[in-house]
Amino acid sequence: MSAADTELQKTPLHDLHVELGARMVPFAGYSMPVQYPAGLMAEHKHTREAAGLFDVSHMGQIKLVGADAAAALESLMPVDVMGLGVDKQRYGLLLTDEGTIIDDLMFVNWGDPAQATGESRPRASGEREGPQLFLIVNGACKAGDIAHLQARIGDRCQVLPMPERALLALQGPKAVDALQRLVPGVEQLVFMTGGAFAWNGTDLYITRSGYTGEDGFEISIHASQAEAFARALLAQPEVAPIGLGARNSLRLEAGLCLYGNDIDTTTTPIEAGLNWAIQKVRRTGGERAGGFPGADKVLPFMQDAAGNPAAQKLGRKRVALMAQDRIPVREHIELQDAAGQKIGETTSGLLGPSIDRPIAMGYVTPEHAAVGSPVIALVRGKPVPMEVVTTPFVPNRYHRG
Amino acid sequence: MTIKYTEDHEWVKVEGDIATVGITQHAQDALGDVVFVELPEVGKTYGQKDTAGVVESVKAAADVYMPVSGEVVEVNQALADEPSLANSDPEGAGWFFKVRLTQPDQVAALMDEAAYKAFAA
Repeated sequence: MSAADTELQKTPLHDLHVELGARMVPFAGYSMPVQYPAGLMAEHKHTREAAGLFDVSHMGQIKLVGADAAAALESLMPVDVMGLGVDKQRYGLLLTDEGTIIDDLMFVNWGDPAQATGESRPRASGEREGPQLFLIVNGACKAGDIAHLQARIGDRCQVLPMPERALLALQGPKAVDALQRLVPGVEQLVFMTGGAFAWNGTDLYITRSGYTGEDGFEISIHASQAEAFARALLAQPEVAPIGLGARNSLRLEAGLCLYGNDIDTTTTPIEAGLNWAIQKVRRTGGERAGGFPGADKVLPFMQDAAGNPAAQKLGRKRVALMAQDRIPVREHIELQDAAGQKIGETTSGLLGPSIDRPIAMGYVTPEHAAVGSPVIALVRGKPVPMEVVTTPFVPNRYHRG
Repeated sequence: MTIKYTEDHEWVKVEGDIATVGITQHAQDALGDVVFVELPEVGKTYGQKDTAGVVESVKAAADVYMPVSGEVVEVNQALADEPSLANSDPEGAGWFFKVRLTQPDQVAALMDEAAYKAFAA
């Protein structure tokens, strides 16, 4: 049976998307809105100027429960999980035994509900007592992630998928104004923190984070209440619905990797330039150094905990590229040096709607990866001059308090 | 004057031995916001169904095919400068190029408006 024959899943907001005139496309096994009648460009700009509402319910929400949950998750990621405070959020990477990326994810320490005060954390069916971690993983990867977690750490903690929960993202400089009218108190959150809230008697877990480079929130809500809550948000004057098309252009302008394009099971975190996601405590010489899959393929290629340079050289490196000519450079475009030798390939690329320039990400050999390096993109056989630049392409506007 | 349509969602307006070519309303709607067009070289001769240009939105790129054999006699520079004309007026100010027909009999085989409407539905 081909993918096209498979029945697409629907998120709890499917009927609302159709009612709003969305163009629905298959994405990660779901029927998802790629754009609404306003169009990608208008939706992108609206998010940068006001507030955009995204349905990201196709993403996987998973809870890990048990006293050993943090240590268990640390055994799968090159990331400091055990040192993360309650209601703090962090970026993580599940790695293969070769040190390549199975998925990237966000996780929050939910602490031990028995010791929490105030609003309660959403429950998962069958959960036991003990500390909890809340994970949000990519939609296309979630089944594989759950199987991986079960197989590798299922004996150390409970791995509990939460398919009953929808996920909404509200992103943009006015997201806080709109959301705090419905959920007072969210304005107290700062970037990469979360909290339990309630709306109309239903529990919400809200983090101040997102994937657009803007201030904003991600809201986990029971599927049965998701449409009512989305309608309440859309009734706010700042808020418009935004499709996956603009979500992609917003994230690329923000310099953020898309799993499946810019990172996958052929790339290591160091090739991908995600060194910042590997805290010192997990690096060579750190207190809890290594001990994750593929550590010997990752740690020698980066600075150690004391700041000593990498012991081994990379074969390629992810770079951000910008062109001056207004010719879009898309994914899988060959990159060359001035002599016409192939040095790599793009993995994402489009005309950035806010920056109004062709922007791209790709991998090149390390001698061409320094900021300012000239690179030639071969678009339909024609050379388009590009330059390695720093990210984000468009300044981030996170609310750090 | 005859207006015909192709399966590649292009329109062809024939006046004498000159055909003006653009993308249809349906094509621009499917593409979304057009941000870039690449037009053929004036003076160059193309066969029917040769790739003669490119039209790109933020989310997609599509080739523009030569609907009929001919020599390019003019391109729409205004469209190259302002690609959104392909969205706002695809079958008017957003035309792509004009060709001098070398095989005028190809025109009759293209779809008329009713046939195209049924095709694109």
